Amino acid sequence: MSAISSYIFRIIFLIRKETLTILKDPKSRAVLIAPVIMQALLFGYGATYDLNHARFAVLDLSRSDASTQLLSHIEGSVFFERAATLSSAAQIPEMINSGKVLFVLSFAQDFEQRLNAGEQAPVQIILDGRNSSTAGAAAGIVGAIIASFNQSLNSDVLLSNESNLVIERRAWYNPNLQSRWQIMPALIAALSMLQTLLLSALSVAREREQGTFDQLLVTPMTPMQILIGKSLPSIFIGLLQSTFILLIIRFWFEVPMNGSPLVMYLGLISFTIAAVGVGMSISAVSLNMQQAMLFTFLLIMPLMLLSGLLTPVSNMPEFLQVATYMNPLRFGIDLVRRVYLEGAGLQQVAFDFVPMLVLATLTLPLAAWLFRHRLS
Amino acid sequence: MGELTALVGPDGAGKTTFMRVLCGLLKPDSGSVTVLGCDVSKEPQEIQNRISYMPQRFGLYEDLTVRENLDLYADLHGVSKDERAARFERLLKITDLARFTSRPAGNLSGGMKQKLGLACTLVRSPELLLLDEPSVGVDPLSRRDLWQILQQLVEEEKLTVLVSTAYMDEAERCGKVFVLNQGKLLEQGSPASLTKLAKGLTYTVNPKPGIKARDIQARLIDAKDIIIDAVPRGGAVSFIKQKHAEVPQIEKLLNGDHVEPREEELEDAFMMLLREHEDAEGNAESAPTVSSSTAALSSSDQTAASKPVIRVQNLVRKFGDFTAVDSTSFGVGRGEIFGLLGPNGAGKTTTFRMLCGLLPASSGHLEVAGLNLRDARTEARGRIGYVAQKFSLYGNLSVKENLEFFAGAYGLFGKKLKTRVAEVVEQFQLDPRAQSGELPGGYKQRLAMAAGLLHEPEILFLDEPTSGIDPLARRMFWRTITELAQGGVTIIITTHFMEEAEYCDRIAIQDAGKLLALGTPKEVRELAGETYARDMNSAFIGIVEQNRAALKSEAEAKSKQNDGAAA
Repeated sequence: MSAISSYIFRIIFLIRKETLTILKDPKSRAVLIAPVIMQALLFGYGATYDLNHARFAVLDLSRSDASTQLLSHIEGSVFFERAATLSSAAQIPEMINSGKVLFVLSFAQDFEQRLNAGEQAPVQIILDGRNSSTAGAAAGIVGAIIASFNQSLNSDVLLSNESNLVIERRAWYNPNLQSRWQIMPALIAALSMLQTLLLSALSVAREREQGTFDQLLVTPMTPMQILIGKSLPSIFIGLLQSTFILLIIRFWFEVPMNGSPLVMYLGLISFTIAAVGVGMSISAVSLNMQQAMLFTFLLIMPLMLLSGLLTPVSNMPEFLQVATYMNPLRFGIDLVRRVYLEGAGLQQVAFDFVPMLVLATLTLPLAAWLFRHRLS
Repeated sequence: MGELTALVGPDGAGKTTFMRVLCGLLKPDSGSVTVLGCDVSKEPQEIQNRISYMPQRFGLYEDLTVRENLDLYADLHGVSKDERAARFERLLKITDLARFTSRPAGNLSGGMKQKLGLACTLVRSPELLLLDEPSVGVDPLSRRDLWQILQQLVEEEKLTVLVSTAYMDEAERCGKVFVLNQGKLLEQGSPASLTKLAKGLTYTVNPKPGIKARDIQARLIDAKDIIIDAVPRGGAVSFIKQKHAEVPQIEKLLNGDHVEPREEELEDAFMMLLREHEDAEGNAESAPTVSSSTAALSSSDQTAASKPVIRVQNLVRKFGDFTAVDSTSFGVGRGEIFGLLGPNGAGKTTTFRMLCGLLPASSGHLEVAGLNLRDARTEARGRIGYVAQKFSLYGNLSVKENLEFFAGAYGLFGKKLKTRVAEVVEQFQLDPRAQSGELPGGYKQRLAMAAGLLHEPEILFLDEPTSGIDPLARRMFWRTITELAQGGVTIIITTHFMEEAEYCDRIAIQDAGKLLALGTPKEVRELAGETYARDMNSAFIGIVEQNRAALKSEAEAKSKQNDGAAA
């Protein structure tokens, strides 16, 4: 038997053993599939900025045709639902403070007269600023409805000088203004990373805790063989989970995919390898599973925050932006989003590969070295 | 009142289950148990208030200090602050832990942990104390201390103690002994009355010069129909014959060696009872055999002369300021059985891990099969086998999956792999489909051995392979080891059972990182001096204590000298 085939045979035996240990444990088997699907569904339904039947109140002092017409446009949308009709301005603070409504629309007495006279006819929106992003979104949508109402009136009178810019930006690649579209593709990278990181972080730590790692180190296997044999199952499981999420997004939430699956998977493979590298390094320094889990959870939070999953990286202070270069998730998310939504090709996302591959080439050999040289 | 009672029996005899029933932690399926006049199944709480129970693995909080552990258990048992001061002082004094009150329990040695566990169990004065195998994995010195504490408590506080143990010398110290096996009570009585059961069956034989005691022992123990048990002891072999066997029959088996009667001991009676019971049940386990051939009596003595396969020179290992192994040197020849003995925390495991290449040495020279395994190429590691202290195969994989994985890791594949796995399964009588983690202790240990021998290594490392295993399983284990050694495999082994040192060609005794004695079991016994030469256990205690006393007086002399210089 040649040296190369004997080298590969040993790795195959280790892969087989790793896969068996993961699959034979009913607990870890359950953790592999169910939580990913659940989280993907939860995020899809729960984590959205989109307004859906947000409650508002109306104070219409004009009691005019114009105001009634405008209100019917607002109420006719799926976004809003009238919760109360007020009779005096004094009732407004109570409505907002108690959180009964997100905003109050107020029409002045002379609303219709001004409109008819071609003057500016202001509509006041009093927003609950405690929830700024939802309130902002509500203001934006009300503005948009009023703008289209303006056009339908074919009047040159501007009720509101709300800029259309925001709406236009949100509409790119996401014509229905759904933030679900923005968040979900990012989950293909983010959710699977959570598991691959934990799985690889536990792989060596579990063996150290149970004493089996020593048994492995006294065999003729080299650290590189152990590394490859332990990494491949984690990488494979990570990709499998990404595939599950991808399918849920594409077929359950019906977010259309514009990019090529080939580019998508090239990106996911490099991303998962980088994540497994980080996990393996954690595992190699940990003495037991508890430590490995602690390190992983300490790391997950900043990785998520600095990834651009929920907040754009460009809005972060300079030094944090630099720090994100060490975060494989930032580039994983960027790559997946652009390939999925924009249909970006390999050339357009080429740069995203660089930081991920650099991280993998640093962390994987580090982990292999640590197997034997961890300070005891 | 004020009595020590022992429960003895092999693994799975039902000792722990019985104790848990006594405490009301388990409900009996039928029958009733009365403890201190109360029915256990009716008033478990009442009993738990009046007794103390120390389980096999006592729940010490490793991050808390000795003092904090004591306080915690005193709080749990509602011991008042006033009572505590006096009680703690006394407990710390008799357990000799007073010096370590501020040390975290996790940093104590195995023996000290057991003593602390006992102290925590005794924060209040119970009417009955139940101890479940308190001396498993504890070295002879700590074991002796533990029993001194127990006897002191029994005498001074009139404490009633029920203790389960695998050591017959411990059972001998008790007033009454119950022998259990597979859930059945085989016999009960005072140690003296039990010992009498083996009367007239016990003999000893001195091997002819140039023949190893363990080879005679192997031949005897294989002849199951006429011999109940045989162990090497003090250069000779002690054995128990079957009732129907005749002396000439045995002498014929030994090629005419003369056998002499010897005084019977409690252990003889115990082994006899177990064998009778197992034979009656028809489930006697036969020892795993390396080959079917009977042990050759003319085993060649070239081993010691051959070039050493392990060479250690001035080996040092430091952890920070602490020196775990201090300039240790020894060599081991091919086919030798080399025993590494020492109290808990003596540096045995550290030495062992360095030999196997799991830990780098701080300084010194280290050679295994001509190479340092730590940076040796993979082929060198392929020539050694390693069986760890704790069961360290994959618990949720089956026996076959474990074996196949390690066979693959050692470079076997295809047909060769299948044959070797089948061979060791056969040899160690394993069930290939059984889940490894669920195997009983003795079988786990067999599986670990099987995995370590798959690739037919030249050198086999065994770290405390017999701790927590019952006497029957230990006999079988050593039978396998002696067979391997005859086949030319070099064996390095650490153990807490000093009588097992008798199987070794040479032994080394370590304490506080230093090598105190090195030589054949006979040489080491002689080194210990006349008062300690009775058996290996007392020789060991003698050597370690003499050294500790010497170190202490040396330190005192030094400090005196310093005082003198200062004055």
